[in-house]
Amino acid sequence: MKKPFDMYAPYQPESFAFRDTGKVQEILGRYPVGKQQSGIMPLLDLAQRQVGEDGAKASPVYGGWIPRAAMDEIANICNVPPIKVYEVATFYSMYNLAPVGKYLIQACTTTPCWLCGSADVVKTCEKELGIHMGETTKDGLFTLVEVECLGACVNAPMVQINDDYYEDLNVERMKSVLNDLSAGKQPTVGSQTGRKCSMALSGATTLKAKSA
Amino acid sequence: MLDDKDRIFTNIYGQEPWSLEYARKRGDWNNTKDIIAKGRDWVIEEMKKSGLRGRGGAGFPTGMKWSFMPKQSDKPCYLVINADESEPGTCKDRDILRNEPHKLLEGALIAGFAIGANRCYIYIRGEFCNEGSTVVKAIEEAYANGLLGKNAAGSGWDYDVVLHRGGGAYICGEETALIESIEGKKGQPRNKPPFPAAAGLYSCPTTINNVETISCAPAIMRRGGEWFSKIGPNEKNTGTKLFCISGHVNQPCNVEEAMGIPLKELIEKHAGGVRGGWDNVLAIIPGGSSTPLLPKEICDTVTMDFDSLRAVQSGLGTAGVIVMDKSTDIVYAIARLSYFYMHESCGQCTPCREGTGWMWRTMQRLVKGHAELEEIDMLLEVSKQIEGHTICAHGDASAWPIQGLMRHFRPEVERRILEYRKMAA
Repeated sequence: MKKPFDMYAPYQPESFAFRDTGKVQEILGRYPVGKQQSGIMPLLDLAQRQVGEDGAKASPVYGGWIPRAAMDEIANICNVPPIKVYEVATFYSMYNLAPVGKYLIQACTTTPCWLCGSADVVKTCEKELGIHMGETTKDGLFTLVEVECLGACVNAPMVQINDDYYEDLNVERMKSVLNDLSAGKQPTVGSQTGRKCSMALSGATTLKAKSA
Repeated sequence: MLDDKDRIFTNIYGQEPWSLEYARKRGDWNNTKDIIAKGRDWVIEEMKKSGLRGRGGAGFPTGMKWSFMPKQSDKPCYLVINADESEPGTCKDRDILRNEPHKLLEGALIAGFAIGANRCYIYIRGEFCNEGSTVVKAIEEAYANGLLGKNAAGSGWDYDVVLHRGGGAYICGEETALIESIEGKKGQPRNKPPFPAAAGLYSCPTTINNVETISCAPAIMRRGGEWFSKIGPNEKNTGTKLFCISGHVNQPCNVEEAMGIPLKELIEKHAGGVRGGWDNVLAIIPGGSSTPLLPKEICDTVTMDFDSLRAVQSGLGTAGVIVMDKSTDIVYAIARLSYFYMHESCGQCTPCREGTGWMWRTMQRLVKGHAELEEIDMLLEVSKQIEGHTICAHGDASAWPIQGLMRHFRPEVERRILEYRKMAA
């Protein structure tokens, strides 16, 4: 599903420039000569991360998103009309086209997570943060969105916060992750029950020689 | 049960570090050049002998796919590895990417050599941010140790591997949409023909394989295609397979097992059984969201391979087993999948773009029973109008879960409609 994007919104900055020009060149070098268009996606990601770095230092804080000026700059770098970049940016769900909170909580609610209680996890986020799905807290710290399957179904239910997955959640564990983040602490990434990746919580049923 | 000695993925849970040092101790990159010295035809022949069928869901024979690549080409050839794992219920490739990246890279070199490619793109879903970083580090390690780059692993074959991160679109798991995405476009599938082996990435000959498929290659080459083909129930369904068991089981987990293991045995041996006991099973989706669900009577005896599951009008797909016990609102469980397919439709073909939304809206009403009995047949009719009438299989995949629901749980759907009517009266 396409996302709308408001290129004339008051929050759109006038201009954008990549800080890490070496990285831009490295990205373009990944693709054959004349195929710079392939660089659009990694450059959108780079732009979003750069804005996120600025946002972490700003007051109030905000998270990574991609201004229209950045898309125009990418079009310039990749030598394509701007619409080619807008098309890509609006097609993929991970590119934020408007400001978001410092911590973007993406809660998976697809069937495998739903079976394991994702509705409670979402409710916990809404209650603890005092926002609804799709909203951002007043302090700019958290945005909560619903996403489709994030591919960690064996560790359901789970949420992704910025780059990290938090898995095997329930009401208490979700609260604890949110409390840590609010307090400026980094919660443990991955399973919140302490199990190793996708191994059964009670221990591996295969390759036992290794887990001993 | 599969013997530990026959397991390919010996570090799937990450008990050991993924690094080259430990990967080598597990046997990865062990004289890869000897395999390549046997030549392109030998590698493809061995792959054909193994009977390996693609692990990304469609189950196309890998050796045959490799043999479609041109022997002589003026254009460069590409290997593209599909790490855009997004099928609900599936999380096996993630474990390979984060815990066994060198198995994947070694497989990439062997496969690339077999199809005449000097360059490989790994397309990883954007959300697998940390997993992607692990793969990038593994690639750097491989370059630093001469396993990739010029004269990769001393084989005389030049080979480059590049990671490309997706942006969050299920459809990019479809091979031609994935190619479009690497080219920097919207992930909208292409018409076939031309098939990627003739004109794929940058209009050059391209082979696209799933992460698990590629990662099986080194073991098959070392132990022989015959070893692989002996595992599993018959010559069409061979080898080991990573199963992901999620939902209402006591111990959800990923596990590598022999193809053709009975579904019940798989769940009871590895996933601690179904919550509340086997008799508490309501239905199981055997192979990721797009495969039709199976009611308990079928689950009692069905075995997990391509053809057995096909015989019960479902499929092995990606082997993402989603277990639902008797407490499940089965209509909502499937309706939620309808929402998923609507959300992820790329919008290119009208039957899928309009049909997935239509089906979701109808399913939403069926959850409550706020519908007419005739609408069940109408819904099935619409699902048939979508199935087979779109460029890619997304339309089919959106139709199958609903068809499976009505095949096995139609009385439950009807009951809700009658009950709603009674309440409204």
